[in-house]
Amino acid sequence: MDRQIRRLGFAFVALFALLFAQVAYVQVFAANRIAGEPANAARQIRAEYSVERGQILAADERTVLAESVANPDPNSVYRFLRKYPGRELYGQLTGYYSRIYGFNGLEDAMNPYLSGTAPEFTAQNLTDILLGRPKVGGTVLTTIVPSLQRVARSALGSHQGAVVALDPGSGDVLAMYSNPGYDPNPLSTGTDEQIKTAWNTLISDPQRPLVSKAFQELYLPGSTFKLVTASAALENGWGPDKTWPNPHVLNLPQSSSTLQNFGNEICHGGTTTVTMAQGFEQSCNVTFGLIGLHLGAERLSAEAHRYGFCPILPPNEVTCAEPTIPFILPWNSGRFPESSYFNENLPKVALSAVGLDNDKQNPLQLALESAAIANGGLLYAPRLVTEVRDSAGRTIKLFDKQEYGRPITPHTADQMRQMMISVVTSGTGTAAQIPGTIVAGKTGTATNCGPVPNCSVPPNAWFTAFAPAGSGQTPTIAVAVIVLDGGDLGSEATGGRVAAPIAKQVLQAYLKG
Amino acid sequence: MSAVAVPADAAQTRRARTGFGLLILAVAGSLLAYVLQGLGLHGEVPRNLAVYGLVFTGASLGGWLVIRYAARSADPALYPVAVLLGGLGLAMLYRLMDERGRVDIARDQAIWLLIGLVCFALTLLVVRDIRQLDAFTYTIGLAGIVLLLLPIVPGLGYEINGARLWVNFGFLQFQPAEFGRVLIVIFLASYLSQRRELLAAGIGRFGLPRVKDLGPLLLAWGASLAVLLLERDVGASLLLFGVFVVMVWIATGRSSYLLLGIVLFAIGAYIGWLALPHIQERVVIWFHALDPKNVNGIGYQLAQGWFAFASGGMVGTGLGLGSPTFIPYVGSDFILAAFGEELGMLGVAGILLLYLVLIGRGLRIGVERQDTFGKLLAVGLTTVIGLQVFTIAAGVLRLIPLTGVPLPLVSYGGTSRVATFVILALLVRASAGAWYRERKGP
Repeated sequence: MDRQIRRLGFAFVALFALLFAQVAYVQVFAANRIAGEPANAARQIRAEYSVERGQILAADERTVLAESVANPDPNSVYRFLRKYPGRELYGQLTGYYSRIYGFNGLEDAMNPYLSGTAPEFTAQNLTDILLGRPKVGGTVLTTIVPSLQRVARSALGSHQGAVVALDPGSGDVLAMYSNPGYDPNPLSTGTDEQIKTAWNTLISDPQRPLVSKAFQELYLPGSTFKLVTASAALENGWGPDKTWPNPHVLNLPQSSSTLQNFGNEICHGGTTTVTMAQGFEQSCNVTFGLIGLHLGAERLSAEAHRYGFCPILPPNEVTCAEPTIPFILPWNSGRFPESSYFNENLPKVALSAVGLDNDKQNPLQLALESAAIANGGLLYAPRLVTEVRDSAGRTIKLFDKQEYGRPITPHTADQMRQMMISVVTSGTGTAAQIPGTIVAGKTGTATNCGPVPNCSVPPNAWFTAFAPAGSGQTPTIAVAVIVLDGGDLGSEATGGRVAAPIAKQVLQAYLKG
Repeated sequence: MSAVAVPADAAQTRRARTGFGLLILAVAGSLLAYVLQGLGLHGEVPRNLAVYGLVFTGASLGGWLVIRYAARSADPALYPVAVLLGGLGLAMLYRLMDERGRVDIARDQAIWLLIGLVCFALTLLVVRDIRQLDAFTYTIGLAGIVLLLLPIVPGLGYEINGARLWVNFGFLQFQPAEFGRVLIVIFLASYLSQRRELLAAGIGRFGLPRVKDLGPLLLAWGASLAVLLLERDVGASLLLFGVFVVMVWIATGRSSYLLLGIVLFAIGAYIGWLALPHIQERVVIWFHALDPKNVNGIGYQLAQGWFAFASGGMVGTGLGLGSPTFIPYVGSDFILAAFGEELGMLGVAGILLLYLVLIGRGLRIGVERQDTFGKLLAVGLTTVIGLQVFTIAAGVLRLIPLTGVPLPLVSYGGTSRVATFVILALLVRASAGAWYRERKGP
């Protein structure tokens, strides 16, 4: 009998060995394939939504840009809902977190941290599993100053356009708002039907609220590009007081076309010559067209690329694989053609020197240029995220400020600063004056017409500035503003009249606060 | 005190210490699982932890004291393993029912666990020697058959989910087959211990049993078929016949009985296949649960269980953090899949190992009992638990067609909980009896 009992024991061990083998097969060897079956989608989505995703906080570490809250409906398969208390104020920065349309913005860029799957979380996750604690993602700290972000929104008002404010000494993004923004809440919570409706409304909107005008869209820079041309001239040893011929219009070489000043005006009262500083203050196209032609394509291209414009070769290569200056969100840096593009096209050097032809930029690109000038020529890459903390408040990842390069020498930066101050004190940018504060700025009014003559489509208005800009002062903020289609002034709009007052409000709010 | 008794006492003390240590671990593990499900589900320690902890610890200690009082030299591992399995099962049931907003059901199961422990204690106190049960062979056998067939009685039995295995006495609803099975095992142990010589000798030509000795085997086969066809309870039928064949084989030592049993099983299964459409469906589901046309239809339960295991992976999501409630009837038949999702492969392997320990200890008692009745009883009772665990685990894991039987001590089910505790009490009693031979120390 005992022999049979032992055999029975072996039989049970064999049966259980079969069970163990099958468990190992289902749960380890074939687990990913089986768990990934489409029929298991409900469980996968629920698993993702059962992690309490980390918060996204503003620079004050209190203002919540995005957070996960427990679903009040206990029967829902989604244990947490993603909320964006600021609605459209931060929508283009946080992005959305949609179970149907995926995620973008910081929700995408910081996903491994927000969901707690980044390698830095391994130790914490292991502890959580052992203690059976629910997994909680990391908190992402951003550089956004909520009060400034609100000022940016209210200053833009109903204008289509965007504002970017940077800290020149670190590249920190203090504010970045584009109007119209969008509210990520309806894309992230609600029934499938509601989410789809919200999505369809957004993607069919001709103003493209899902794409940020601050750092994703691209526009002609117009006269704001004179920052680059002037920098190249100064770096080339041509000082602000070097005089240049001052014809009414510039006859372009190799062609019959001409370059005119804005509104076909006469620069500096029609004197025979003007200095570069005078041409800069009045934003004379003729002066800078000439400077561009004298500099030549190579030097102009090189300077633009040092400022972070990425090289393109129109008409075939007009996009860049990657932005030149790194940024945590996918963005489009400015674009400027390679010098070889101008070989057969001398007139285009003059056009490109005043921000026309194939030049492209957005407010972030322009703000970076201002910031580099404000910071003595040292350009910091824009920084939106400073730190990630785990659920216990421990810092698990720091993002240091990041030097991008030196587009200009400190001496050139100082000369640029002085020329930009006179733009605000007595030039095209007087609307940005702040009593008691020295502001340095540059206007731009870029046509929306392309090469069509006498077109009446309202232009885009640009303005960029930094402050305080006095000698020996350290500028704490650099801004760039774009107002599309002339804002409420229509074809009467200029950067100085429409964009400068917006920049002024943002500067003033930050310097006061 | 005699000189011979001293080492025996020392061994007893050692056993008691080991048993108590294991019990502490089992209680701690059970309560830890309970705390973790609360943390996982609601992010907080369950509010009634103190009450639950006290009652659970108190009841577990109570059972242990009864062993110490009534069965001093008992096996030290059986009881703690049972407590741990019961505690883990309760923690999981709380988690599952809580998510569905039916904590009351989990509370009922806790009360059933208490009733089970009381029955465990009563069995130990009433049955002071396992051989007492040897005296009423046919009375017990008859009672067993009556309980098995009770659900067929019109007005008394009723159906749930297509199987007629419930009895309603108005004040009490239960599945009599769970107890019937225990009585049948006692009857068989008693009957076979008297007849085994005859049965063993009764091997005729071709090494097969003579026709007149086939009576009991055919009778058991008939009873199993009756349970299958009249109650449509595949699980109970399978267990009954399986235990019977194993016990005859152990008693006679003749492999021919085993062979014959398998042949009869195959014939019975074929009859069931022909007679019961839902058996055919089970087989179809077994093979095709994941086919696109079935995965949200007839194969949904099995597929969701399968997905639960796969989603759990190596270490699982953590208690309270998975989605096992996607599985229909997860608390009863599919509770192993819930463990698979939330505790992973390691958790499932752990639970299966606990059962393997139970089986191992049970069979060891069988080997070490000196009397045939005790041997057969221990082996029979152990086989009931072992076959039941394998049937449901292999069914959920898609090794065999799914047969709905509870996972002993863990699954939802009051009758099964109590019956399993009675089985354990008989095993504990068998390990402490006078006929039990202490293993010689090294």
